[in-house]
Amino acid sequence: MARNENSVFYGVDRVTLIVYVLLVIMGWLNIYAAVYDEEHQNIFDTTQKYGKQLIWIGGAAVIAFSVLLIDANFYTAFSYGFYGFFLAMNILVLFLGKEIKGSHSWFRFGSAGIQPAEFMKFATGLALAKFLSNQNIIINQQFRLRLKDLIKNYKNTVFALLFIVVPLILIIKLQNETGLAIVFIAFIIVLYREGLSVGFLIFGILTAILFVMALVVTSISGLLITLAVISASAFLFINRSRKNLILVVIVFIAACGVVLTTNYVYNHLEDHQKVRIDVLLGRGTVDLKKEGYNVNQAKIAIGSGGFLGKGYLQGTQTKYDFVPEQDTDFIFCTVGEEWGFVGSTVVIFLELFLILRVIFLAERQRSDFSRIYGYGVASVLFFHLAVNIGMTIGLMPVIGIPLPFFSYGGSSLWSFTILLFIFIKLDSNRLLILR
Amino acid sequence: MSTNSQLGNRKLIIGGFFCLIVVIYLCRLFYIQVIDPQYKLDAEKNAFRYMTEYPVRGYIYDRKGKLLVFNAPSYDLMVIPRETKGCDTMGVCEVLQITKQDYLKRMKKACQAPNSPRKESIFEKQMSAQTYAALQEKLYRFKGFFVQKRTVRRYPKPIAAHLLGYVGEIGKEQAEKDVYYKEGDYIGITGLERSYEDVLRGKKGTQIAITDVHNKIIGRYMDGKYDTLAIAGKALYCTIDRDLQEYGEKLMQGKKGAIVAIEPSTGEILCLVSGPSYDPNLLVGGKERSKNFTKLYYDSLNRPLFNRALTAMYPPGSIFKLIDALIAQNDGLINRNTVYPCQMGYPPMGGKPKCHAHGGGKNLTGSIAASCNSYYSYVFREIVDQRKYPHFIDGYNHWRDVVKTFGPGTRLGTDLPYDKPGNVPSVEYYNKVFGKNGWRSNTIVSLGIGQAELTLVPLQMANVVAIIANRGYYFTPHSIKGVGIDKKLDNRFKVKHYVAVQDQTAYLNVIDGMQGAMEPGGTAFTNRLKDIVVCGKTGTAQNPHGDDHAVFLAFAPRENPKIAIACIVENAGFGNTWSAPIVTLMIEKYLKGKTERPEVEKRMLEGDLITKNNKKDALKIKHH
Repeated sequence: MARNENSVFYGVDRVTLIVYVLLVIMGWLNIYAAVYDEEHQNIFDTTQKYGKQLIWIGGAAVIAFSVLLIDANFYTAFSYGFYGFFLAMNILVLFLGKEIKGSHSWFRFGSAGIQPAEFMKFATGLALAKFLSNQNIIINQQFRLRLKDLIKNYKNTVFALLFIVVPLILIIKLQNETGLAIVFIAFIIVLYREGLSVGFLIFGILTAILFVMALVVTSISGLLITLAVISASAFLFINRSRKNLILVVIVFIAACGVVLTTNYVYNHLEDHQKVRIDVLLGRGTVDLKKEGYNVNQAKIAIGSGGFLGKGYLQGTQTKYDFVPEQDTDFIFCTVGEEWGFVGSTVVIFLELFLILRVIFLAERQRSDFSRIYGYGVASVLFFHLAVNIGMTIGLMPVIGIPLPFFSYGGSSLWSFTILLFIFIKLDSNRLLILR
Repeated sequence: MSTNSQLGNRKLIIGGFFCLIVVIYLCRLFYIQVIDPQYKLDAEKNAFRYMTEYPVRGYIYDRKGKLLVFNAPSYDLMVIPRETKGCDTMGVCEVLQITKQDYLKRMKKACQAPNSPRKESIFEKQMSAQTYAALQEKLYRFKGFFVQKRTVRRYPKPIAAHLLGYVGEIGKEQAEKDVYYKEGDYIGITGLERSYEDVLRGKKGTQIAITDVHNKIIGRYMDGKYDTLAIAGKALYCTIDRDLQEYGEKLMQGKKGAIVAIEPSTGEILCLVSGPSYDPNLLVGGKERSKNFTKLYYDSLNRPLFNRALTAMYPPGSIFKLIDALIAQNDGLINRNTVYPCQMGYPPMGGKPKCHAHGGGKNLTGSIAASCNSYYSYVFREIVDQRKYPHFIDGYNHWRDVVKTFGPGTRLGTDLPYDKPGNVPSVEYYNKVFGKNGWRSNTIVSLGIGQAELTLVPLQMANVVAIIANRGYYFTPHSIKGVGIDKKLDNRFKVKHYVAVQDQTAYLNVIDGMQGAMEPGGTAFTNRLKDIVVCGKTGTAQNPHGDDHAVFLAFAPRENPKIAIACIVENAGFGNTWSAPIVTLMIEKYLKGKTERPEVEKRMLEGDLITKNNKKDALKIKHH
């Protein structure tokens, strides 16, 4: 890259850039393979999705360039501005947007569309970075039961969580886009890096485990008794003080609460969400022709790839439309079928490498803002990677979120590009100033 | 920054967590992509449609190269219900001449298990040529329909139905057992079609088409690299003489029974007639097929599907005396000059079995020519009670063992399916019937004249006369000269089987007696041929259910015999009246290509014993 300090590319991390370009190109080739049919063989044919994706890619290049062009101070200064702006857009879309398949998340421009929720990710990342870097918040590791201490200790945590929860609820409840909303959970990792008590994470993980167990285990009372036994036996290992007693009792009551409300929560899910959970957990009978179709076909496509794959454009399962959504959320099926285990590993490693690279870069920042934002980028990317690939191989419920830089779609490619390149820009300035 | 340094190890936890998840995913991927084969199989089921190209079934020719069976094209109308959107339904009904209700009924059937709306199933089986022609013009309007070409069997002459057998849809269980077939395929069910199914059927070809999620064909898999072409079935060269077979069937019209002729020097079956027969063209596919089959199957009076030549077990009657004469001579018990008394019956048993007037005691050749019952009662006793064996049971077993080498009581192992072994009763059987020590040679003496529990199928009778013509050996009777262009024949049909009697004088004496039967004083004198020396033997098999069965067997010419033949006509009385004329006419036809006894031929062709016997039965029922 350019050595010139005035160059747009001054200080830009080349490794990240190269991996980004590789992923985008590989994604495009796989979209071509997924949509490919004999009649439209020209990869530049803009009536086809791969042709359109090329336009999106061109747009992404322009966006990336623009992001690098803007002064890094702009992002720090207008962090809350971005957040507020896109929050407003996400509310506006409820009234101005078109309803597509029950979701209110799209602004349509002719045949193309933009989802403001996609851009909420980087805005949240910026706002969170701003908030956490300004406040000397973090968080006393000491656990005290006094209300005054609790407020003092956790006030900032609650504020930080609000940055995450507000868009999440807005998108999930009003726009009806579970997949897009659930991504915001990834920011918890940022909070953890910045000092969020491990207790929160353990609490969250336990809640998830209990939720799953309450759905899988048929005997709820048995589960409650088990919980009681575990809680009681906790005294064998910890100091039998009054404080700990209260703590254990609270945890036990909370756990029972989770178990007992599980069915209530489950019953209030949308039908398709229930089905997706059922498919993942193998509850009841799953009809492979109906509710189990997506995941089963995805697994067939990936599984039939074998070790080396069937070769580029040779995949029968994806090429002939057995896998639904194979150019967007299920793009990994094309990789699995045509490139096999080797290709899948390469793609996953590239994505992981990019994420770890971002963490590595984040840790070398002198500015808290840049570091926190970097963790936001890494967390969001990893969440997409884990959920997207997890659902195609039957380890996660089907949640419609794209594979970063790979899946077809303008909104997702552009938003990931902005997300990543703001960080690249911040990183390129790391030696200049201390923010 | 103090917090930052405190929390520094958290970057490792986060990074480690990311890596852990990825490792779990890669393990899972490795499992479903490399270890578990199920997904690969499912993928093939998803995307490939295996389309069958049916091979042409092998033709069957007679021994002179005349055609017995060929194929005619047949067209099945197939439908994929899902793809019939926008189809001209009324047009389909019009062409097939069915009602709209029929159409909907068939379509429903095509949609229900085991069929599927996504898969092809038969809508109309084996359309006529006219229907096919009319259909082809309009097929483009009938969306979702297409025509599958197959072939059905055709027979230029309506003969040899039992020998050739028929082809039909394979049974469900068999289709599941044998990987070559799938449901709806055709398979040889009886006769040669069954025995030689493996060579006649050829090999199915497969085209692998790639289909999309809507089961629409997108193209050929790997441009047809893995497609296989259908290989036509091999031709079968039959040992049957088409003209002789046709003539035999004509002679057997209106009669129940069978004619089997064998070429003694090779064991080749020259004709295999079972009466009543049916036109094999009745049992070739199409709508008519099942109707015809049901009609034939339920014809309990005539039982036309019953192959009498291989499966009807008849008592042989007097023709069995030939075997007794051979055994007794071979054991040195009698010679050409041995004479036994006859007083219109077997004296030791008070004149039973009865005999007929043939002018007193005969010598060996005379006893054969005149078919003396007393003589062979004596002979049978001589064999069973001979001194060599301390106990008559050993004598009986000796007799039985030798008889079995001539064929009775064993399956001959011909290449036609379902042949029956006949029966030569065992010692155990008689012990059961009469009690141990409750029987003597005289008790069962009627075995000696081919009665009682002794039974043979017509093929075995013809084989016995072939053995005598060959003077001591036979080739397993078979109906195929060879398979395919190189006319390969199973080696088991080239093996000489020697019977237990090898005394050439014994054969000479018996053959003299058989020749005598065709001469003045012989039982078949009226059926002698002017210029061919025929050696024959009449038989009249007592039948507990009605009139006697008429049996006649013969070979000709005497020197270097070309044909050995047996005929049995049910409920026809004395062997010379019906069976001997048929046999001698067949011999004439085969050796000279024509017959020179028009009045005999006319009587045989016009003789309708079935109607006569049925009337008799009806009368009997009235009297009761």
